[in-house]
Amino acid sequence: MSALLSIRDLAVAFRAEPTPFEALHGLSLDVNRGRTLALVGESGSGKSVTAQAILRILPPSATITRGRILFRDGAAEVDIARLPAESSTMRAIRGQRIAMIFQEPMTCLSPLHTIGDQIGEALRIHTGADRREADARAQEALARVGFPDPKRALGTYPFELSGGLRQRAMIAMALILKPAVLVADEPTTALDVTTQAQILALLSRLQEETGMAILLITHDLGVVANVAHDVAVLYRGRLVESGPREAVMRAPGHAYLKALLHAVPRFDMAPGERLTPIRPAKADIPPERERAPLTGPILQVEGVSKTFTLRSGRLWQKPRLVHAVADVSLSLAAGRTLGLVGESGSGKTTVSKMIMRALEPDSGRILFDDGGGPRDVHTLSGDALFAYRRTVQFVFQDPYASLDPRMTVRQILSEPMEIHGVPAATRKERCRSLMAMVGLEASGLARYPHAFSGGQRQRIGIARALAVEPRLLVLDEPVSALDVSVQAQILNLLKDLQAALGLSYLIVSHNLAVIDYMADTISVMCRGRIVEEAPRAALFRRPVHPYTRALLAAVPDPSLDHPLDFAAVAADRNDPTRWEAPYRLEPDEAGAMRAIEAGHRVRFGGATEAAAA
Amino acid sequence: MIAAILRRIVTMAATLLVISALVFIIIKLPPGDYLTNQILELRATGDASSVAKAQLLVTQYGLDRPIWQQYLMWIGVMPGAGGFSGLLQGDWGWSFEYDKPVADVVGDALWLTLLINLTAVVFVHLVAIPAAIYSATHRNTFGDAVVTLLGYVGLAVPGFLLALILLFYANRWFGLSIGGLYDSALTNRPWTWDKIRSLLGHLIVPTLVIGLGGTAAMIRRMRANLLDELAKPYTVTARAKGLPPLKALLKYPFRMSLNPFVADIGNLLPHLVSGSVLVSLVLSLPTVGPLLLDALRSQDQFMAGFILMFVAALTLVGMLISDLTLVWLDPRIRMGLR
Repeated sequence: MSALLSIRDLAVAFRAEPTPFEALHGLSLDVNRGRTLALVGESGSGKSVTAQAILRILPPSATITRGRILFRDGAAEVDIARLPAESSTMRAIRGQRIAMIFQEPMTCLSPLHTIGDQIGEALRIHTGADRREADARAQEALARVGFPDPKRALGTYPFELSGGLRQRAMIAMALILKPAVLVADEPTTALDVTTQAQILALLSRLQEETGMAILLITHDLGVVANVAHDVAVLYRGRLVESGPREAVMRAPGHAYLKALLHAVPRFDMAPGERLTPIRPAKADIPPERERAPLTGPILQVEGVSKTFTLRSGRLWQKPRLVHAVADVSLSLAAGRTLGLVGESGSGKTTVSKMIMRALEPDSGRILFDDGGGPRDVHTLSGDALFAYRRTVQFVFQDPYASLDPRMTVRQILSEPMEIHGVPAATRKERCRSLMAMVGLEASGLARYPHAFSGGQRQRIGIARALAVEPRLLVLDEPVSALDVSVQAQILNLLKDLQAALGLSYLIVSHNLAVIDYMADTISVMCRGRIVEEAPRAALFRRPVHPYTRALLAAVPDPSLDHPLDFAAVAADRNDPTRWEAPYRLEPDEAGAMRAIEAGHRVRFGGATEAAAA
Repeated sequence: MIAAILRRIVTMAATLLVISALVFIIIKLPPGDYLTNQILELRATGDASSVAKAQLLVTQYGLDRPIWQQYLMWIGVMPGAGGFSGLLQGDWGWSFEYDKPVADVVGDALWLTLLINLTAVVFVHLVAIPAAIYSATHRNTFGDAVVTLLGYVGLAVPGFLLALILLFYANRWFGLSIGGLYDSALTNRPWTWDKIRSLLGHLIVPTLVIGLGGTAAMIRRMRANLLDELAKPYTVTARAKGLPPLKALLKYPFRMSLNPFVADIGNLLPHLVSGSVLVSLVLSLPTVGPLLLDALRSQDQFMAGFILMFVAALTLVGMLISDLTLVWLDPRIRMGLR
């Protein structure tokens, strides 16, 4: 039987000055019924363009210049590449026979329309169903993708749902007409690991039920290893490798795939092993300056809590309190890295903001030691606070939003130095050495951020943080917005800078593999509390707490020998009342941290306290 | 929701009270008032009976009392010569200049002003929205350039100048007298079908003149908003579902781009009254704009006070309407209210 969807010699070009830019140069691949084809590549490799070409929703500046997209649905064979994009035949295929889900479930759903309306819409336009029938079918679709209360969900708006539920709604929307092909463009990249595992499990289950073909676009080889049947690797608009998963992943033939496999942090890396970036970058880092040696930890967080009040509109209702952070304690030794792991909403960002003194804790202390003994950060004022601001700097997650597009790189790097009174002559010199430190050319100083790629921008962000010679860097998801191909560069750069400058890092991330690669000690946060803390090796060798184990189990591993246990991740592991004893916590119960080996502490519930007594 | 609206209405009443005080203070700031000026003038000519009549009005409206008492009497919380009779009781006062109650002077003008300007607003939206949608979806084409050029011309040409030009050519080419709102022969006749038809015919030019600048501005803003929204991922999602382009555009990006315009309704309503003064003067339209100007110049205090209060009330009502519409249009705002 011939393939359901065959792409032959497809080329797509974008209108651009001075010459048109060809994004795909003659791509050929087959998508088969009931199977998942993973299309792998870094950004700019042409994988999203392929998806848009299949649905004929390319941007206006792009055209299919040659090739065929043969869709064999039923008896007839249609060449999608030949159809006018807005013809009725194409519209009947789009959304009905070939459907698509996207990366960002928030921005891809309209905030002004209910979930039910948006899901039922495809049904209404393709089958002419009335609103009642559409609602009934949308409710079925929501039930199928695992919505807890599908009837109520019909009337909710996307911003009322969590990221995972939003992506489930997207899937329900795509699948309501039972399409033959589902194109999934990075469907789990924006999600937490546990949610990602649940969504992947859902896609696999739905595929078994309906026999649809899935074209899965991703850069995450862990995802590929777990759900793909076939793999196709794209590099700069060309297919460099393709075949069944086993053959491709076990014996990668092309240098690019091999490089990709070594560029992402994995759990089975040897101690001290470095990531190998796909494109090595050179950085020129000066040796460490002399500083007052520290005896104790540079940063100590002691029992910090923070509660937010949610305003309620009703006069008679009490405002709702949200315990974002509850009794969190951390300790960071000078020159080391502390990793703070947790899903979105776990309170990790709130902790980092309190350390930066952007938020005041309700209770607890944050002690910082700059060589003159530990001082409470939140009692600092005047010159002492100004000095503290200089010694602690922040690296942001989004390198696009965190650099002012109207400032040149020189202005961006000079600004913190101006604020802290560095003389103009020194600033000029320091800008050049900062660029060298992060592996960028000094000629880039006169340019604006838009002239740089995401990875380069993140280097600029790091250079800005280093401009005033801080001792502590708070890194908030430093690589999660970056392409796989440059994550390794940035992580290696951060490690080199730490070794050379004696920096201390607090790294906040939901990506356990990144934390594993960077951190010396790790604290796992859930619902505002630390549930487990341990040195890196101990945590990964012997994770004890059910939440930590769930997080670890949900990370897809690129090696085929460690498949995800989808059944295990299906359960909600961030609900403390559902953890097994002795870790179970009653609602509002704090539990207590207890050491189970040197430096390895785990939160236990009260039930065990009682049993032990 | 209902509690929120009630809260708003209470705030609105309080705001109106504050505004009324401000309005009164500002009107009273220049020394003297219409009557004292007139009495001085009459004394000079020695017309004793007129002076006596004016003196009567002064005592009747309490103009000889302290300003704070005059204010309280004006808004109707303090009894004047004829008992409680102020804004709260629906008595808008006496126009000294016209020697008639304010209600009689303003009467028709008020409704005609609203009519002309609402027609202009409808015209603005009817023309600007399709033009903006065309312009945004045909970005950087010849058609877009033409719309943009016309928009700039509309922005740059002053309304009163256009009114003069139209006045001149309409008369020269079609022999039309487009001044006023109906044929002068019909001025004091009752509202008959003929009069309404004459009114409709006379509405065309003022609508064009008043609406042109607004149309141009709205096309520019709507086009920019739409272009932003068209680039958003949910627009791609709608296309990927198989929606026809126009339907997808109207349901998603267009609706998203409406918010700033709805939020503008509050500013639009008072602008209806004050914005077209120049054009009204040139076209000799019987609207309240010229009346307000006169009243302020001759210190006809109750007349000016009433028109200013009317504009203020209109602003507040406009704000309420725009907020309620936003709540209805945008679930994010609706949820924020809960």
